[in-house]
Amino acid sequence: MVEFSIEASAPPVREVRVSPDGQTVVLSGSWNLRSLGAAPPELRRRLEALGGEQRLEWDLRDVEVLDSAGAFLLWRAWGRRLPEKRQFRQEHVSTFARWETRQIPSLDDAARPAVPLPLRAQRFVSGIAAHLLSLVTLLGQFVLDVFHLLRHPGDVPWRPISATIHETGGRALGITALVGFLIGVVVSYLSSFQLQTFGAQIYIVNILGLSIIRELGPLLAAILVAGRSGSAMTARLGVMRVTQELDALSAMGISHSLRLILPKVVALTIALPLLVVWTDVIALTGGAMSAHLELNIGYQQFLQKLPQAVPVTNFAIGLGKGAVFGLFIALIACHFGLRIQPNTESIGNETTNSVVASITLVILVDAVFAILFRGVGLP
Amino acid sequence: MTEAAIVRMEHIWTRFGDNVVHRDVSLSLERGKILGIVGASGCGKTVLMREMIGLQAPTEGRVYLFGELLQTARPKRQQQLRNRCGMLFQGGALFSALTVYDNIAFSLRELRVSDEDLISHLVCMKLSMVGLGADDALLMPAELSGGMIKRAALARALIMEPELLLLDEPTSGLDPVLSEEFVGLLDELQTELGFTVVLITHDLDTLKDLCDRVAVLADRQLVAFGTLEDVLACTHPFTEHFFHGQRAQRVFAGMG
Repeated sequence: MVEFSIEASAPPVREVRVSPDGQTVVLSGSWNLRSLGAAPPELRRRLEALGGEQRLEWDLRDVEVLDSAGAFLLWRAWGRRLPEKRQFRQEHVSTFARWETRQIPSLDDAARPAVPLPLRAQRFVSGIAAHLLSLVTLLGQFVLDVFHLLRHPGDVPWRPISATIHETGGRALGITALVGFLIGVVVSYLSSFQLQTFGAQIYIVNILGLSIIRELGPLLAAILVAGRSGSAMTARLGVMRVTQELDALSAMGISHSLRLILPKVVALTIALPLLVVWTDVIALTGGAMSAHLELNIGYQQFLQKLPQAVPVTNFAIGLGKGAVFGLFIALIACHFGLRIQPNTESIGNETTNSVVASITLVILVDAVFAILFRGVGLP
Repeated sequence: MTEAAIVRMEHIWTRFGDNVVHRDVSLSLERGKILGIVGASGCGKTVLMREMIGLQAPTEGRVYLFGELLQTARPKRQQQLRNRCGMLFQGGALFSALTVYDNIAFSLRELRVSDEDLISHLVCMKLSMVGLGADDALLMPAELSGGMIKRAALARALIMEPELLLLDEPTSGLDPVLSEEFVGLLDELQTELGFTVVLITHDLDTLKDLCDRVAVLADRQLVAFGTLEDVLACTHPFTEHFFHGQRAQRVFAGMG
C-alpha cells in the first residue's frame, strides 16, 4: 500500500545504480510522471546507454511507483521491448504490458509545407473580398428588413431596440461626459494661450464651438461607443454561436437579422446622435469653464456668442455623422460577431478585429464627411 | 484507519441563499471502489461532486480528500491534492481553442514535460484506451460528436493516471450501445489502472454493471448509501420509485 500523503509531499529519490559486479541495473524510487516530468535529459541518455547492452539484468523490485510514463521511458530505452533478464514486481508487469501489447496508433507528424507567397497574397485578398461581400450582404439584408418592417409595422422589435438604446446610450453617459469634459477643458486651455498672444480672446468661442460640435463631439462619442458597445455586441453574438443559441433561433424560424442585428443597428443609429449632443454639451461646458478661468470670458457671453460663431448647420452635420457612425459600428460589430467560430480563441480575435475595424472605419468616414461638407456650415 | 478513505465527507450542509441543497450528508469511499451517485435532477449531485475536490466549499461540514482536510489545507496543497484527481465534466469542457491532442497533452505540458516523444506516446495510449483513433487527435472539439467529446474528455481526465476519477454523467447523451461500451471501457480501465471512481448517473444499467457503492440523494439528504443490495432494500419513496419502477424491475430482474 502506498502512503499517499507522504508520497505526494516528498517523492522518494529516484536512482539508477549498476551493481558492483556490473551485471545488474538496479532501479529504485518513484518512476511516475510527476517526478519524471522535469527529469533532465541525462537520465534518458543514461538509460539508453544501459538499455543498449543486452547482457545486463534489470532489477525493478525497489521501484515504488511506476506509471505509464515511467514504464515508457524504460521500455523505450530497452529498444521498445522487454529485456531478457529482468526482475519485476508483480504489479508492474501489467504496466509494461500496456506498452508491450496494446496497439498504439502512431501520429503521422505531417509537417505543414510553407505556403508560397503568391498563394498567401491571394488568400489575403480573397479574405478581404469575403469580408466586404458579407458586410454588403449584411447591409442589404438590413435594408430589406427595414422595408419588411415598413410593410409590417407589427413586427418591429420595439423591446430589443429600446433595451439596446439604454445599453449603448444610457449607460455610456458617464464615460462620454468624463472624456468630453476633459477634452473640452484641454482644447480651451491650449487655445487660450495662442489667442492671448493675438489679443483675440473672444474667438475661443469660435474655435471651441466649431471643433467640438462639428468634429470632436461625434468622433469622441463614436470611438467610445465602438470600444464599449461594439465589442459587447460582437462578443454577445459570438457566445450565442458557441452555445448554439443562434441555431436555436434558426430552428424556431426566427431570422437572425430581424431579431438580433436590426435592433442593434437601429438602436445605435438612434443612440449615437443623442450621445453626440450630450458629449457636445458637456465638452462645451468644460471649454467654457476653462475659458472663464483663463480668459475671463463670462458664461453668458459665451452662450450668446455661440450661435453667431457656429452656424446651426454644423450641429446638423454632427448629428448626421453620429447616426452614420452608429450604423457602421453596429454593422461591423454584427458582421464580426457572426463570423465567430465556436471556440474561445475566435471570440477574442474577432472582438479585437471588430473594435479595430470600427474605430478605423469611423475615422475614415469622418474624413469622407470632411471632404463632402467642405463648403458647408463654415462661416 | 483514516488512510483507507479516498474521499470522506462529514455532515455536509450546503446552502445557496435560503435554499438548502444538502442537509447533513456524510459518506466515505475506500480506495479502488466505484461510487455511483443518483438522485432527481437538481438535487445537488454535481455540487456534491465539486465539493469533494474543493471546487466549491460546503457551507458547513468537513471534506477529507486522500485523508486530508480540504478546508484547512493551503491553496497550494489543495492544488496538489486536486492534481491527483481527474474530472470529466458534464459537457466535456474541452478547451475549444485546442485540438484533441493538445487538450489531452495539456496537463503534461503544464508539468513541463519536454520529451515530445513521451507526450505523443502517452497521448496516443490514452486515445487508444478510450477508443479514439490517431486521426481524431487533430480535430478541434467543435468538430467532435457527443460520444467523441466524452471519450476525449475521459482521455484528458486519465492522462495523469489519477487516483480518483470524478465523472459527471458520463453516459448521458450517448445512445444505449455507446453508453454500454463506455461503461465497459470504464470497467476495463478501472481494472487496469486501479483508480477510485465517483460517478453521477441516471442510468440503472451503469449502476448495476459498474458501481460497488451507491449513494442516493433525495429530499436534500443522503437517503441511502451502501452496496446496491443495501440501497434496493431502502424504503424511501424516491428509492422505491427509482429502483422499483417498471423500468428498474427489468434491469434488476434476478437481483435482491
